[in-house]
Order: sequence, then C-alpha cells, then structure tokens
Amino acid sequence: MIAIIDYKAGNLTSVKRSLDFLNIKNEITDDEKKIQKSIGIIFPGVGAAGSAMENLREKNLDEILKQEVMNGKPLLGICLGCQIILDYSEENNTKCLGLIPGECRRFDSFLKDEKGEYIKIPHMGWNQVNIKKENPLFHDIKNNLDFYFVHSYYPKPAEDFVIGTTNYGVEFCSVLGRQGLWAVQFHPEKSGRFGLKILENFYKYCVRC
Amino acid sequence: MLCKRIIPCLDVRDGKLTKGVKFKGNVDIGDPVESAKKYYEEGADEIVFYDITASHERRGIMIKVVEEVAKNIFIPFSVGGGIASVEDMREVLLAGAEKISVNSAAVKNPKIITEGAERFGSQCIVVGMDVLWVGVSKNIPSGYEIVIHGGRKKTGIDALWWAKEVERLGAGEICLNSIDADGTKEGYELKLTRLISENVNIPVIASGGAGNPQHMVDAVTIGKASAALIASIVHFGEYTIREIKEYMNEKGVRVRMKW
Repeated sequence: MIAIIDYKAGNLTSVKRSLDFLNIKNEITDDEKKIQKSIGIIFPGVGAAGSAMENLREKNLDEILKQEVMNGKPLLGICLGCQIILDYSEENNTKCLGLIPGECRRFDSFLKDEKGEYIKIPHMGWNQVNIKKENPLFHDIKNNLDFYFVHSYYPKPAEDFVIGTTNYGVEFCSVLGRQGLWAVQFHPEKSGRFGLKILENFYKYCVRC
Repeated sequence: MLCKRIIPCLDVRDGKLTKGVKFKGNVDIGDPVESAKKYYEEGADEIVFYDITASHERRGIMIKVVEEVAKNIFIPFSVGGGIASVEDMREVLLAGAEKISVNSAAVKNPKIITEGAERFGSQCIVVGMDVLWVGVSKNIPSGYEIVIHGGRKKTGIDALWWAKEVERLGAGEICLNSIDADGTKEGYELKLTRLISENVNIPVIASGGAGNPQHMVDAVTIGKASAALIASIVHFGEYTIREIKEYMNEKGVRVRMKW
C-alpha cells in the first residue's frame, strides 16, 4: 500500500484518484502504524508552507516522515511536498523538514520570459521538464515533455540533488532528490498520461525495494 | 517556456452537454463525461465545465458529473455556474475539480473571492467576467462594461477596473468572455483581451468568438492571453484539438504537443 500523507493540505484526493485509476492500492492517512506498514510514501500538498509545517508538527508527522526516510522508505514529494522537504522556505519564513539540503524561493515578478514579457505569478500551466540525470522516476518517459505546474515558490536544492529543471523567467529545479527520495514541483496527477507514468514508476520502485 | 493553453468549455444543463448561441436557445449535444474524456485524449490542456442548470435543487447532478470526470481525466478542470458561497466551492473542489469559477456571485458579493482564496488558495479561484462594449463614458472609462446573469443584466461596473479589483481580492485567474464576440465565430475580442491581459499580473483566458485556429493564435499573441477557451468549433467537429494545436505550433506559438 502507498501511504498518501494526510496533513489537511489540498489535493490529496486527486493523487488518490490517479492511483486508483492505476489500480495501485493506496490510503490517505496520518496514522503512524499505517505509514510504517506502507511500501512507499507520497507527500503531496497545495497551500502555504507555514501552515503545512504547523499541521505536520501538530500530528508529529514531521518526525515520522524523517524516521521513515532514514529507514530507507521510498518517498515522493509533490508541489508543496517538494518544497517542504528542503531546509527552509521563504514562504512565511518557514523552517522545513530538511530531508534534502536547500531552500525554497519566491519567483521575482521582475523576471521576464524568453519573449521579453514579465512573467505572471503563480507559474500556472504546462511547462517543459529537462531531465539531467537518469532516474527510475522518469523510466520510459522521453525528455523535455510538458507537465502541469501551479506554484509561486520554487525549490533550490544543493546542486547534487538537482535532477531536472524548467524555465520560467529563471531556470529552476523542478525535479530533485536522490535514489528513493524524490520530489517534483509539478503535479503528476494532473499531467495526463506522462504524469500517471511517473506515479506508476514510483510504485514499481517501491515494489522492488 | 510556459505553453499557451487550449481549453474546451462544456456547458452542462441537468447533467447533459449543451451549447447555446449568445446565451439564447440551447441544444443538447451529448454526455459531458464522455466529451471530457475525448478532449483529454485529444490533447486539451484543461477543461472548463459551466453548469447552466436553472434550478438549485438539481445541482446535485452536476456534482455527480464532476466526480465521474475526476475519475477519468488527469488534467486540471474547473467548474463554474451557480457557485455562490464558499460551501459551494468546497463541494465542487472535493468532488475533484481543480478550480472553481465565480461570475455573477463575485459581482454581487466580491468578498467571496477573498474568502475562497484564503480557504483554498488563489490558484483555485477563477473569476469569470462577461463583458459588453458600451462605448467610453464617464462611468465606464474603458468602454467595456461588466454584465451578469448570462449577459442579460448590466452592472455599471467598468471591466478594466473590475479585472484589477478581482486580482487585488485574490483571484488566481480571469476568464474573460466577450458577449459581443460570443457565438459569432469571427474571432476573439482582441482589443479587450489585450487591455485586460496587460493590466493584470494573473493569467487571462480569452473567451468568446473562436471560429478557426488563427483566432486562437491571435488571442495569445495580439491579445496576450495565457489561454484560449473554445466550444462550438470542437463540439461540432469542425476542428480537433490536435489540428488546432498543430496549426498554432506551426505559427510559432508554444503549445503542448505531446500527451
């Protein structure tokens, strides 16, 4: 079973629906025992970093997640979940989980796109992901495909953890992590067939583990 | 670089797909869930559902449609029509929609934009604006006036002012529908689209008047919109979404070409 971490953040059910569609057993949960028993963890989320961290701490989920990752349980962070696995976020000046070294910054509204137009914030819509390091998550997925993004802050992990990047006024890291601990800034559950494929690849990795 | 989005709009009445012209006379043209699946597979970047069910008691039907759509398509979709409270928003989002769109309700009670944005995040809140050209006057300096109730009722509100106001109140996106262009198939109202796009920092979806793929190109280049809404030209099979996107791509507009 894949545990989808329940911490009152939005978007949990859309991740669940896509796993259901793929016939992958899953449960939205905040229960320590169930999380421990799962073969992998998906850490989704839409919302603000500050309240998300508060909700996690309130339920002791921050410690549970750290422990599970230390024990080698595969984890996939999505969107806000991708941001708060880093050390720190500029959003609400928040100290985050610190599972991966790095921080999260806000898009500067003075940035311009390739056509010289000021970027709109949030970064919302389909944009290209350029994969720089081969990894199981993107197995059988061509490079430079478009995925669906909605965010105003972007992750900036330590260089060693950058897996893929996207351009939006600035080249930012849109896929990060290391073996077994990954995070994507876009929404695989809203990115059509290729997004579903990423979720399936993650599940297959969990099964192999 | 961010793609320009092509968004089919499905009008739904009593759970059935329908299409009207200039907000008058609607014909049933099929099942919304099947159509959504078809457009998803054809490469739609997003889908908009607009519930025009007249009676409040039958709104439960729409929630069922939303739930069924959410189980079958894995791109964002929004739902508008008849949403008048934060509770209405919650119900639709829980059923699986990514965004909700408010129109008349936002004009009558602008607080709903802020309440929705605070509760669910700005990215969920689309404000739909129906706009009519009335000529420049003291009260309507841009010449464009907001109308409500499907274009039947004037509000005395200037469209440019309202666009900036909804951004300030927390809207994450504007769906800009020209009543003058809607149903004409002669192209989007480009002057209006550009005026609004240049004056807000949130994405603007151009709506009303699409008749051929060049119109979509114009909406996102001359009109500077982030996305183009389409209806009849795909519902009645004149073009497929793939054909539209291939055309736009050839014209140098970046659109999502693989799905």
